[in-house]
Amino acid sequence: MTRNQILLYLVIAVSGVLGPIMFPNYTQQMAVMWVMVIMASTWDITGGQMGYNSLGNITFFGVGMYVSAVIQVSMFYDISLYTASYGAIKPVFTDQQYFVGLFAGILAAGVSCVILARLLGMVVFGLRGPYFAIGTLGVAIAAGQIAGTMDTIGGGAGISMPFFPWDIQLRSAFFYIICFTLAVASHFTIRWLFSTQFGLAANAIRDDEDKAEAMGIPTQKYKQFGWGIAAFYMGCIGAVFGNMVGYIEPVEVAFPAPTFGIFMVAMALLGGKGTLWGPVLGAVLFHVVKETTWTYLLGWQWVALGFILIVNIVYFQQGIMGWLQTKYPEKFGIIVDQSNVQAKEEA
Amino acid sequence: MLDNLQLLFVYAPIMNVQMILDGIFVGAVFALIAYGLALVWGVMNVKNICQGDMVIMGGYIAFTLYQLGVHPIFAIPIVAAVMFIYGWIIYVMIIRRVIDNDMFVSLLATFGLSLLMTQVMNLIYGPEVQTIDSHFPIAMMFDDFVTIPMVKIVSLALAMLLAAAVVIFMKKSRMGQAIRATAQDARAARVLGINTDNIFAFTYSLNAAICGVAGVLVSMIWVLQPFYGIIYTLRTFAIVTAAGLGNLPGVISMSFVLGWVEQYAGIVAGAEWQVAASVLMLLAVLMWRQVQMRRQRQVVR
Repeated sequence: MTRNQILLYLVIAVSGVLGPIMFPNYTQQMAVMWVMVIMASTWDITGGQMGYNSLGNITFFGVGMYVSAVIQVSMFYDISLYTASYGAIKPVFTDQQYFVGLFAGILAAGVSCVILARLLGMVVFGLRGPYFAIGTLGVAIAAGQIAGTMDTIGGGAGISMPFFPWDIQLRSAFFYIICFTLAVASHFTIRWLFSTQFGLAANAIRDDEDKAEAMGIPTQKYKQFGWGIAAFYMGCIGAVFGNMVGYIEPVEVAFPAPTFGIFMVAMALLGGKGTLWGPVLGAVLFHVVKETTWTYLLGWQWVALGFILIVNIVYFQQGIMGWLQTKYPEKFGIIVDQSNVQAKEEA
Repeated sequence: MLDNLQLLFVYAPIMNVQMILDGIFVGAVFALIAYGLALVWGVMNVKNICQGDMVIMGGYIAFTLYQLGVHPIFAIPIVAAVMFIYGWIIYVMIIRRVIDNDMFVSLLATFGLSLLMTQVMNLIYGPEVQTIDSHFPIAMMFDDFVTIPMVKIVSLALAMLLAAAVVIFMKKSRMGQAIRATAQDARAARVLGINTDNIFAFTYSLNAAICGVAGVLVSMIWVLQPFYGIIYTLRTFAIVTAAGLGNLPGVISMSFVLGWVEQYAGIVAGAEWQVAASVLMLLAVLMWRQVQMRRQRQVVR
């Protein structure tokens, strides 16, 4: 790590800690911002770096949410009775029950999503390019529809999550801390991952999968591994998000494939896909824009977001980091062959 | 579920007639939309995610005209014209800029467009389910077990008429020939003096017009809702992926199969499975294609 990087991490850590202390009214929004950061940067593992543009990573988000909800409730109560009452019965969870259930739920969500990613990966990684995107989108939408048909987990009506047992003031701060920790953990996981051989193999798969395979790289294994890491963090953050919102519903909250499933791609593209900091930057920017439009353009916010998505993709594909890289390649350690540039300009 | 199966095959097998007919009625509409998608996909290699939203948009235009007092059948040419112009505008503004990029870019750009269209329609018409009452009689058959609204037969006839017109247009006219030439090899077509940019624009607009007309049929025989667009998109993708590009009989027969699958899934497993069935069918098709390709050591691309 260079001095500049340490400085950058210090700035982020300080602002991450001081943010909710200075602006306590916006704690929940800032927590959601870290959720978005995790979404965008885990999408980038397969999407940006590996060239497998998944539109269905939101599946793990929703599955994690439901797994943790089921575990949190069924550890102490009968889940089918709980959901059948549509929130009329509010069983009291003691402090210990709540926190044990929450952490067991988050962990189980992550692990079960890894298993799900392994199983799904066997099916979807035989697809390439647009078929992969459509297939994963189909998985996400099917997951939402199927979750709506299962009565044990509340069906279309959804589940309301257990109440936070402590003082309500502490609630958003508590979830902020979890989201921030998970975001930091995911960032350093990805950073470590792409400093190992995995990064090289992933980029080789992106550039030419057939050649990579011919070179003896076990591409299937690398793809599964990358998707598994993304699935783990998406599952964990889904579990946290479900508890933060307090109410789970299959189509809008758990599996919002046409909105957040695409926004995570848009965030990564806005910041610059295939870079470490691009998705983080894109997620923060996107969230700020989203919250601003929510406040000032109420009713038109989705239209504004769709418009931003189109403009971003059609006119600004390389993203902020990509643009910076082409503008100042020396700063990123990319050596440009001047004779090559001249040859291109002449042609 | 078993009760429903028993009802279908033991107590009232006549219900099957109803379901098969309904499957044909919806399948005809699917076939129109899927043909449009196959056209755009084959000619310009754009995966048009906003296909379903164009259908819903056409339906809403007809709905507006209906409120102004125009019968939906007479609204068809107006909707086709409006959607044609709309498609041309979209092509110039968005599609032309993403057409040379890799396919994921066009996929995402049309997805953004789909989001935009959905939300604008939601703002204008609200999230309520709407339908157009076209005042056709309803025919009853087999002791009232089978009901056939005449409007569905009319829509089937219209769909067949339109499909035939499009097919003849593609086969016979000068423009159709140019479109087919561009689909075969865009570069060679350009060398031979075809303005491919114009051809692409025309193809995309033609697709939009077809979708618009299909939307009018949907608004007559079914319901409109701003958020249903994505479901139509997935259905058409399932059909086109299963049938393959440029395979017109395949597209038509797959559309009917999808219509039947949805009808039977809705009755046997419950109405909430009707949408899931089409999505699961898309996944099944992709898996089946994969198994097929793996036998030749290939992947689906």
